[in-house]
Amino acid sequence: MAERKPIATGSDWNFEVLAEFEAEIARLADEYRLDTYPNQIEIITSEQMMDAYASVGMPVGYHHWSFGKQFLAVEQAYRRGQMGLAYELVINSNPCIAYLMEENTLMMQVLVMAHACYGHNSFFKGNYLFQTWTDADSIVDYLLFARRYIAECEERHGVTAVEQLLDACHALQNHGVDRYKRPSPISAEEEARRQKEREHYLQAQVNMLWRTIPEPAAAGSTLVEIDEEDPLGLHAGGRYPPEPQENLLYFIEKNAPLLAPWQREVVRIVRKLAQYFYPQRQTQVMNEGWATFWHYTLMNRLYDDGAVDEGLILEFLQSHTSVVQQPPFDSPAYNGINPYALGFAMFSDIRRICESPTEEDRQWFPDIVDSDWRETLQFAMHNFKDESFVQQFLSPKVIRDLKLFQILDDDQDDMLEVAAIHDERGYQRIRQALADHYALSVREPNIQVQAADIRGDRSLTLRHIQDERRPLADSVYPVLRHLHQLWGFPVRLESVRGDEVIGEYRWPAGASDEAE
Amino acid sequence: MSYFIDRRANARHKSAVNRQRFLDRYRGHIKRSVEDAVNRRSITDMERGEKVSIPARDISEPVFQHGPGGKRSIVAPGNREFAEGDRLKRPGGSGRGDGSGEGGASNQGEGMDEFAFSLTREEFLDFVFEGLELPHLERKPLVDLDETRPVRAGLTRDGVPARINIVRSMREAHARRIAMRGPIRRALREAEQALEAEEHKDPALRNPVRIQELKAEIARLEKRLEAVPFIDTHDLRYNNVIQQPQPSSKAVMFCVMDVSGSMTQAHKDIAKRFFLLLYLFLERNYERVELVFVRHHTAAREVDEEEFFYSRETGGTIVSSALTLVDEIIEARYPPGQWNLYVAQASDGDNWDDDSLTCRDLLVGSLMPRLQYFAYVEITPHAHQALWEEYERVATEYADRFAMRQIVEAGDIYPVFRELFQRRATHA
Repeated sequence: MAERKPIATGSDWNFEVLAEFEAEIARLADEYRLDTYPNQIEIITSEQMMDAYASVGMPVGYHHWSFGKQFLAVEQAYRRGQMGLAYELVINSNPCIAYLMEENTLMMQVLVMAHACYGHNSFFKGNYLFQTWTDADSIVDYLLFARRYIAECEERHGVTAVEQLLDACHALQNHGVDRYKRPSPISAEEEARRQKEREHYLQAQVNMLWRTIPEPAAAGSTLVEIDEEDPLGLHAGGRYPPEPQENLLYFIEKNAPLLAPWQREVVRIVRKLAQYFYPQRQTQVMNEGWATFWHYTLMNRLYDDGAVDEGLILEFLQSHTSVVQQPPFDSPAYNGINPYALGFAMFSDIRRICESPTEEDRQWFPDIVDSDWRETLQFAMHNFKDESFVQQFLSPKVIRDLKLFQILDDDQDDMLEVAAIHDERGYQRIRQALADHYALSVREPNIQVQAADIRGDRSLTLRHIQDERRPLADSVYPVLRHLHQLWGFPVRLESVRGDEVIGEYRWPAGASDEAE
Repeated sequence: MSYFIDRRANARHKSAVNRQRFLDRYRGHIKRSVEDAVNRRSITDMERGEKVSIPARDISEPVFQHGPGGKRSIVAPGNREFAEGDRLKRPGGSGRGDGSGEGGASNQGEGMDEFAFSLTREEFLDFVFEGLELPHLERKPLVDLDETRPVRAGLTRDGVPARINIVRSMREAHARRIAMRGPIRRALREAEQALEAEEHKDPALRNPVRIQELKAEIARLEKRLEAVPFIDTHDLRYNNVIQQPQPSSKAVMFCVMDVSGSMTQAHKDIAKRFFLLLYLFLERNYERVELVFVRHHTAAREVDEEEFFYSRETGGTIVSSALTLVDEIIEARYPPGQWNLYVAQASDGDNWDDDSLTCRDLLVGSLMPRLQYFAYVEITPHAHQALWEEYERVATEYADRFAMRQIVEAGDIYPVFRELFQRRATHA
């Protein structure tokens, strides 16, 4: 081993030392072919970190009480020592902004640079979901635009009006994305420039839809079956929208009859931000796993190259071990599957499969055994999200190491059943169950716009397609109330199992005739 | 490529606006907590923040979610003894859910019954005094005011050296020098040219006398040029400061309490809380608030705070003695032109029969015209006596400056206080 010449020792840091370490990590990252955005590394105090937390990772956010609530929660927990602050926060932008806390020791700063500035950063740049759904170049500008626009609205229309609108939009923000259609990238400049145009255009479109004297639909062109209730065929214009819509916010933005132009614009802003966060919700295991794998690899290389001393690497190993710890299900510390632990285990295992495969691996992963581990890892990082990543790469060895097991909880059965454990028969099933667990389509209720009664009472009907008989939580009423505020006319949500409507929720309330 | 930015010196409290929005939104909840706290807290304890809890469901941000029920599959780590097909009892309730790392904002606060956070001292007091106003807070009018404040008022030609405005003085000097030297310079230049012309003439034609004259002239001019002073007393400019009359920001609060045998320590505690609220309130509105404690039984005496609240005396009650003393103190130390005068009186309502009438005369005749406000609380569960009746008459006469309420127990203090100082929209 080469003689050890650590760049710095002890736990104090300064900017020169950080820059030296950064350059060293950059050199190694380059060697491993990590492709990153430029890094903008910002040193902040713990108070500023709390601020950053509260705005859920947006470097600039519009004002809303919910961020204040978040801030108070963080502050309270931190002050009472229930929770440490994260050592870093990283933002998917170009340049990639990473916040480092000034309280961190030298080891922490180096670890965080490896983790955030090269791990997360390369993930943001490489992963297909981020490439498709977010535009790192313009996000900061867009956030500034959003903040300014909302501040203007507050000035013009009052804080309360804007706040209520935002509340309503936030309630629906998980349903603000077209899952199967590539969105157009967001750009602040473009937004600002086209905004005026759009206001008129949008309004005109809405007016078309809602004009009070409807043209007789398809009169004469086709032979309409005569309905006894509606002999003149006034309601026979077909359903609107013709196909169910899963992007509720988009539907509201384009079709809500009574919203003012500025209100549509605010809906759009919330929708665009929801879209920005959409990939993060689906890649937690991969993203954290990838960053953890790389900080582990890079730190070890720093040690092997003699750039850090034994003290630092021991401190690092202790910290790393606690990050990737996975308490068993019956431990008081258990809080679900730790994404760092699972992700790190999986990426490390892919490397192992590439470098020293066993007979089992050859059966399970014929494609990747004996391939170049760097390329295989890059491939996995680029082309998957949590759901498909688990489905593709969760190996029997990881299942055995974590001793994963699957439990079926059926409310029609008074006992729980162990459906699969870490054995030959269980691997596939556990893989599938865990993949489902990360699938947004399973995690969140499937709710779509079914119909807007454009010729009648203007009511809006949503449809919830039940999955495995799982009902909606009680929060459905407050959400419908918010939806009703946006739509301006009665809203209905029907729960469907198979072809059968089994429950209905309405707002304004009336009596809910829920079937169950 | 990477670069570091040190943001530590940047503004903190980026979340201040959001925090305020949150507080505004849950005003109702917070106010209830604050009111509880005011009644619960010990008297010395008013000057700190407060922990507030709000039921989590009241502040949840709803989204469409799966409820319990149906068929779910859970994957968990750490299997030790289970084998496939094992059947287990449901652990208490609906089970542990699929709570894997979903973290983040969406389900923040889920499962907690209370959302707890702390108000700072300032915020706490804001809530305590929210919607209250000091009666007759209009500052003392300027006419009868001799309180002044020095303010800057441009420049002046004379003053004390400490107020010299150097920049302006130097500028004046510079201008003066240009003005004074200009003509001399011009004459000097002409003389020099003439001399040169003379000296370049053919020696035969030179006029030595003329040369002599010109040389003398040049010497004289150069001397004059030098004599122009660099800076002169005329150049000096001084910052001018004048005294501007100022609305009074001083207030004095008289705490008047009956300490006769009939006032128990419990009564005094109630009175103390009431005085304390009033004091905090005044303190938020005036730059300086002085306190004068007057206790009385049959005779009144000015005492310090400790003695006011805690020493005991017995005897009968003559309220007018205290009012007379207040009157005297005002006369001697607090000219109404400069001070905003407030009186808060607490008593159990006992008084010598004839004395109540004297009290009214004193108030109407001498005190009320000078006071900003007089607040009287009667701490008694019993029926009112003569003093209350006489005071009621004063109250009708000075409806907007004289207030009286009855307090029965500690819990009444805050509501009564609020009632007394409620912002009156119509008067505003």
